[in-house]
Amino acid sequence: MKSILPPRFIVERDLDRCIQCQVCVTQCGWDVHYFDEVDQVVRSRDELCVGCHRCVAFCPTHALTIRERQLDYRRNANWTPEVLEDIYKQSEMGGIILTGMGNDKPYRNYWDNLVLNASQVTNPSIDPLREPMEMRTYLGAKPERVEIDPETMDLRTELAPQVPIEVPVMFSAMSYGAISLNAQESLARAAAAAGTMFNTGEGGLARPLYKYKDHMIAQVASGRFGVHPDYLEMARILEIKIGQGAKPGIGGHLPGEKVNEPVAATRMIPVGTDALSPAPQHDIYSIEDLAQLIHALKEATRYTKPVSVKIAAVHNVAAIASGIARAGADIIAIDGLLGSTGAAPKIIRDNVGIPIALAIAAVDTRLREEGIRNRVSIVAAGGFRNSGDVLKAIALGADAVYIATAALVALGCHVCQMCYTGRCSWGIATTRPDLSKRINPEIGAERLTNLLRGWSLEIKEMLGGMGINALESLRGNRLHLRAIGLTEAEMQVLGVKQAGM
Amino acid sequence: MTLHERAREQVESFLHRHFEVVKGERVPTRRTPGIVDPPDLHRYFVHPRLESPGDVEDDFVVARVMEINSQIEGAFVFSSGKNMGVFKGVGYPEQIAEYFCLDSYEGYMWTGHNRFPTNTPGWWGGAHPFNILDWTVVHNGEISSYGTNMRFLEMRGYRCTMQTDTEVLAYALDLLIRRHRLPIEIAARVLAPPLWTEIDAMEPAERRLHETLRQVYGGLLMNGPFTIIAAHDGEMIALGDRIRLRPLVAGVKGDRLYVSSEESAIWLVCPDVEATWVPVGGQPVIGRLGETPRPLAVLGYVMPVGASLDEVGVNAQ
Repeated sequence: MKSILPPRFIVERDLDRCIQCQVCVTQCGWDVHYFDEVDQVVRSRDELCVGCHRCVAFCPTHALTIRERQLDYRRNANWTPEVLEDIYKQSEMGGIILTGMGNDKPYRNYWDNLVLNASQVTNPSIDPLREPMEMRTYLGAKPERVEIDPETMDLRTELAPQVPIEVPVMFSAMSYGAISLNAQESLARAAAAAGTMFNTGEGGLARPLYKYKDHMIAQVASGRFGVHPDYLEMARILEIKIGQGAKPGIGGHLPGEKVNEPVAATRMIPVGTDALSPAPQHDIYSIEDLAQLIHALKEATRYTKPVSVKIAAVHNVAAIASGIARAGADIIAIDGLLGSTGAAPKIIRDNVGIPIALAIAAVDTRLREEGIRNRVSIVAAGGFRNSGDVLKAIALGADAVYIATAALVALGCHVCQMCYTGRCSWGIATTRPDLSKRINPEIGAERLTNLLRGWSLEIKEMLGGMGINALESLRGNRLHLRAIGLTEAEMQVLGVKQAGM
Repeated sequence: MTLHERAREQVESFLHRHFEVVKGERVPTRRTPGIVDPPDLHRYFVHPRLESPGDVEDDFVVARVMEINSQIEGAFVFSSGKNMGVFKGVGYPEQIAEYFCLDSYEGYMWTGHNRFPTNTPGWWGGAHPFNILDWTVVHNGEISSYGTNMRFLEMRGYRCTMQTDTEVLAYALDLLIRRHRLPIEIAARVLAPPLWTEIDAMEPAERRLHETLRQVYGGLLMNGPFTIIAAHDGEMIALGDRIRLRPLVAGVKGDRLYVSSEESAIWLVCPDVEATWVPVGGQPVIGRLGETPRPLAVLGYVMPVGASLDEVGVNAQ
């Protein structure tokens, strides 16, 4: 069948600048650029371009420009080019339209409608260059109170396991297989350097990364890929994955093409087989079952590690979180509407779930109302773009956040949304050796550490501006937030006042 | 304090329902120039009528105070302790003393405070000290962590109704010292904890204690500029924020301890004070009935919990 899908991008080559070096040919993972042997000239096939800008970044003479091809269909507010092209695609292929990364639709991004406070006159702002500014956060269940022996002044309280992080930003679950080993190693190294955590996702931990175990969150997902006693034993935090913001309610699928030998060994599956993670965990059909798995993991590791439960932010997130806290979890990770993925049905990514800001507020409020907020740490995920977003999430009530898209962007990702193909020209979402080697874990880690350092400095400046010198004094401090352009109902859920009030 | 007659009637019927009222009267006051439009002030001496055998008297009283403050419009409880009284209002200190006939009272421990109302309007209920049971707190500064502290306390049954940040200090002390039975030195560590870098450098037992305190009570860290004097039965503590954004001075003469945000105030009250000193940020100055206070030298930010003043040394003026 002839495809009637038009190319999405136009590749413009400035022939005055092009020196025919063919760097674009070797860099493109999509076979867009090619050397025409007959005419002895570099040409391109626009229809294959995904807009990842790998060629643009590497062209030594800046001869390349990639433009979005804006076709002037007859103007229609409902039948937009995207809608038409999705239908062309499905009518040609059948099946579900796949995509990667996070929801790209213009839903209200609540961080853009919230503003932070600063001190003026009555309470001085604090200069982080002169004064200590503390960001250390301990993840884990906290007891109701501390008990001290009144006679000896000895501490009687023994806390459940706590994991410290020096910056309230962790790398979210990205499995080996979904991303390259070099990309995962970059994350692991950066987490170690910055005093935070990376998350293995549902792909297990590859042997070369064992040395980063002290900064590893081991995910136990519905496919149980890569889960073995040493894996649990090595981790600092265990995370049961129930759901993911990009695809609430459905499972995962790593295509067999990405399952090469090392991926297969890590996941403990045969080479070339699809790694299918079922939608539910087949041993969890109720909150009681979840409690059993939480305690099974705690028993298996002799109660030495906090257990996190990761869920997608959905309508009833507050009630679900309350159940999870009561089921014995130490951490609840909530992944919002903008959460990313290596592969998801586009229709689900773009239509299911609720924004993370609303979920954080609803969960924090609910757990406080029930008097159990101390029993769990809340980790928020899904579309955190900068340190401002992070700090607003903490002011709403999160203990820390997970980032994934921002971390991959630091490694070079241009959010072209083609992760599910395994052809990532940036060497991130691929297991092809020729592409994976484009990431040097040392340089990747340096880029990520720089990003975290930049965000840390910014967070300290903002905290100091509010006259606060420890992050825990902003946690759940919604008085330091104001809303702009939100409805009464939205402000009520967020628990924030209108700016000016 | 009641703002109108209906509020007073509601309070009285509320009190009769929950307490045996031994005596009720208007608080004695004097007409004083400069005191304008005072609210109706009444005091009641009561026995709580505990409802179930499990009721603890103090918790019962706290819960009733919270109910009056949050549910009876126009009524506020200034003072809810035993052998303790709070006298406060809008006016200059000498006017308030005159108005409440303070010359007719005696006490072994006094706290005075006057305030330039900054972020919240001056009103009678919002004047210092803040009180719950026999705890009083006066405060100079602003608690930037108010929202976090308030939410931490609200989860534990307190209702912050006074429109000002100082009340969280009173409730925090009540929670830590009365309900969680922590020694006052430990409570001071919660409100103004050592930095993590300092905690990391402590001896193991000390370190574990401070780590645990910050992990569990991080929501009660009082962040921002403050100096407080908190007092209860037989005990008084003065504490400044951990980076000394507000001043605190202490002085002794014989068995008397003076603490103030200005040294001049100590000299005014006690012209022959024997020694004065400036505590480091986060280091509490504690006075106890029956103990002779000693001046305290500044050796470093962290004073070991439970260390006597002797161990830290003497600072001759």
